[in-house]
Amino acid sequence: MLKLTKSDFNLMLLVAALTLLAPFILNPFPTDSAMAQFNAGYPDLMQRFVIFGILAVGFNILFGLTGYLSFGHAAFLGVGSYAAVWMFKLLSMNVLPAIVLSVAISGLFALVIGYISLRRSGIYFSILTLAFAQMMFALAYSVLTPITGGETGLQLALDDPRIFGASQTPGGNIPVPSLFGLEMRESFDLVLGAWVFTFNFGYYFCALVLLASFYLAIRIFRSPFGLMLRAVKSNQQRMNYTGLNTRPYTLAAFVISGMYAGLAGGLMASMDPLAGAERMQWTASGEIVLMTILGGVGTLIGPVLGAGFIKYFENIFSKINDNVLHEWFAFLPDGIENFMVFIIHPFIGKGWHLTLGLLFMLVVIYLPGGLVEGGQKLAAWFQKRGQKTETSKSKIEPAE
Amino acid sequence: MDAIILQILNGLDKGSAYALIALGLTLIFGTLGVVNFAHGALFMIGAFCAVTLSRILTLSHTIVDPERTDFLGNPLKVEVPYIHDLLGATAGDKVIDWAVPLSVLFAIPIMIAVGVIMERGLIKYFYKRPHADQILVTFGLAIVLQEVIKYFYGANPIPTPAPEAFKGSLDFGAALGFDPNVIIYPYWRIVYFGFSVVIIGGVFAFLQFTTFGMVVRAGMADRETVGLLGINIDRRFTIMFGIAAAVAGLAGVMYTPINSPNYHMGMDFLVLSFVVVVVGGMGSLPGAVLAGFLLGILESFASMREIIAIIPGINQVIIYLVAILILLTRPRGLMGRQGVMED
Repeated sequence: MLKLTKSDFNLMLLVAALTLLAPFILNPFPTDSAMAQFNAGYPDLMQRFVIFGILAVGFNILFGLTGYLSFGHAAFLGVGSYAAVWMFKLLSMNVLPAIVLSVAISGLFALVIGYISLRRSGIYFSILTLAFAQMMFALAYSVLTPITGGETGLQLALDDPRIFGASQTPGGNIPVPSLFGLEMRESFDLVLGAWVFTFNFGYYFCALVLLASFYLAIRIFRSPFGLMLRAVKSNQQRMNYTGLNTRPYTLAAFVISGMYAGLAGGLMASMDPLAGAERMQWTASGEIVLMTILGGVGTLIGPVLGAGFIKYFENIFSKINDNVLHEWFAFLPDGIENFMVFIIHPFIGKGWHLTLGLLFMLVVIYLPGGLVEGGQKLAAWFQKRGQKTETSKSKIEPAE
Repeated sequence: MDAIILQILNGLDKGSAYALIALGLTLIFGTLGVVNFAHGALFMIGAFCAVTLSRILTLSHTIVDPERTDFLGNPLKVEVPYIHDLLGATAGDKVIDWAVPLSVLFAIPIMIAVGVIMERGLIKYFYKRPHADQILVTFGLAIVLQEVIKYFYGANPIPTPAPEAFKGSLDFGAALGFDPNVIIYPYWRIVYFGFSVVIIGGVFAFLQFTTFGMVVRAGMADRETVGLLGINIDRRFTIMFGIAAAVAGLAGVMYTPINSPNYHMGMDFLVLSFVVVVVGGMGSLPGAVLAGFLLGILESFASMREIIAIIPGINQVIIYLVAILILLTRPRGLMGRQGVMED
């Protein structure tokens, strides 16, 4: 179906179910319960899940298939955001032209940067992309302030021209991004007993975009083009010896993944119409790499899982504070309780990055295939155990 | 003319820091073949060694001074550093004042230990993994180290002044016969430059004139053969990692008076020093030093007002531009060996 094999179609269905039912899945705890802080089903966070999912899926097309590690991918995200906000300022608050422009502009940037960077491979490629991204970051912060808003970032204002739309709402406010009149922030609360589920239009818009880009990614993975990219990863030299010029393929992959990043940037600006240079910093690029690695490089669903995982724990871990910990360990004797809180304290709240760094190291060391590989290993282990018990049974049977 | 001299001088101290960090980076790459993204974190840890020592030296206890009274007429309580009890007030103050230079001695064993632990505990397992994995795991380590420092020392920069004797500036122009007060240069920066020259010279001398250094150089050229000759090259490389960490750490210690240390200073320097290494040539020690100073000076030239007026923003991007140009035209870098990491 949809020109997919059966397993791919099932994967697609799984992602569709995960994203479309996210308001339910992410809100497992009743609103008033003590566990409600682990709920992630509010629009802002869910939007971030899918937007970073798109970003990671795109990054995976480059890194997962060709093995080229770009350390400057956040630059395209930033460019996409700026392009979208400018579209809001100049044209209209409709998100479609904004997103189209952000994809186009970041694709253009990716074409130029990729054309230059892909002349080198390995660590040189990483450093070239890093250098380009840092350059763009530095320029956005300083000289390009008229375009980028510098340190304060690019924001909408009441006197923006907006050719196809009003500069201000009748109430004198800045209009909000919308899709043909449907506002992105519009949401609808479904109350079911003790649970409140929020359905947000912006989130569903992002989710549909994610599904579309995920579908595209599957098609790329399974196409002859994807096979070519994989061949580049496994042995580029041999490809060159057979007389094949691999650069157009890698460049295409780079541009595609840059456009994915631009799409994510455009969506980010559509959900919250501002853009700042800090989105382009190299630590942000590192975070994209992290999501992809954590989920599983080169797998289809890995990056989506990785993005969701990191964004969820970023949000939850930074919310937990000492009081919460004291509540959790209240069942222990006082001394042990304080000790436990003392031990865990550095890893929560503002220490979330410490946890992230540790997690990242552990994954790279022990689980280079990320969460997906972990899941597969676990499944294989269970299967083996099942088989063992079966074979031992079959051994016993003849004796009976 | 005077403007040119001023810019060269200004570039020297930043160039010294770049050169020292890049030297360590390329030492690690040349010996172990590992791309160490945590090297900036080592620089930062060195800087925080200085902070720690100055805090240890100013540890104090409260005593009641019977001779003085506070505004209520009660005997005044004063904080007295332990070092006063140990060495007397004048000598104690002197020691506190010289905390940063003293930290050099304090930092060397710590940095070597950190380097050796890092190599034995983590990097060792990554020799056979692809460069991308090395980059990723050391990047994760850098985040962890940075966050640990942030946890213990807070997020704000901690001012760590230079000794009183080095405050103020030298009127360099007057000494050379130009108008006074045109080329002035802080004493501490002269110290920093001198210090880096000594360290760089020391590392080169160590590699060039000692048996240990000879073996290490042989190992850099052909690790396998050296190993087959019955030499435990791994242990020597581990020690080199420790030395590289110490070089980065010392660069950080002495840099504290120039820029108050904060937890992300390592990351800020890391990207630039990588660029420096690439420009100099991966694995080439003289290349790293040369490129460090060259790029430092180039950067300070680019921040001249006249040049910014022509090309705005050039000071921010000049290093990256040079790196991109070098990588595209001469991928082995200024002084890299032919055939080493050229693709």
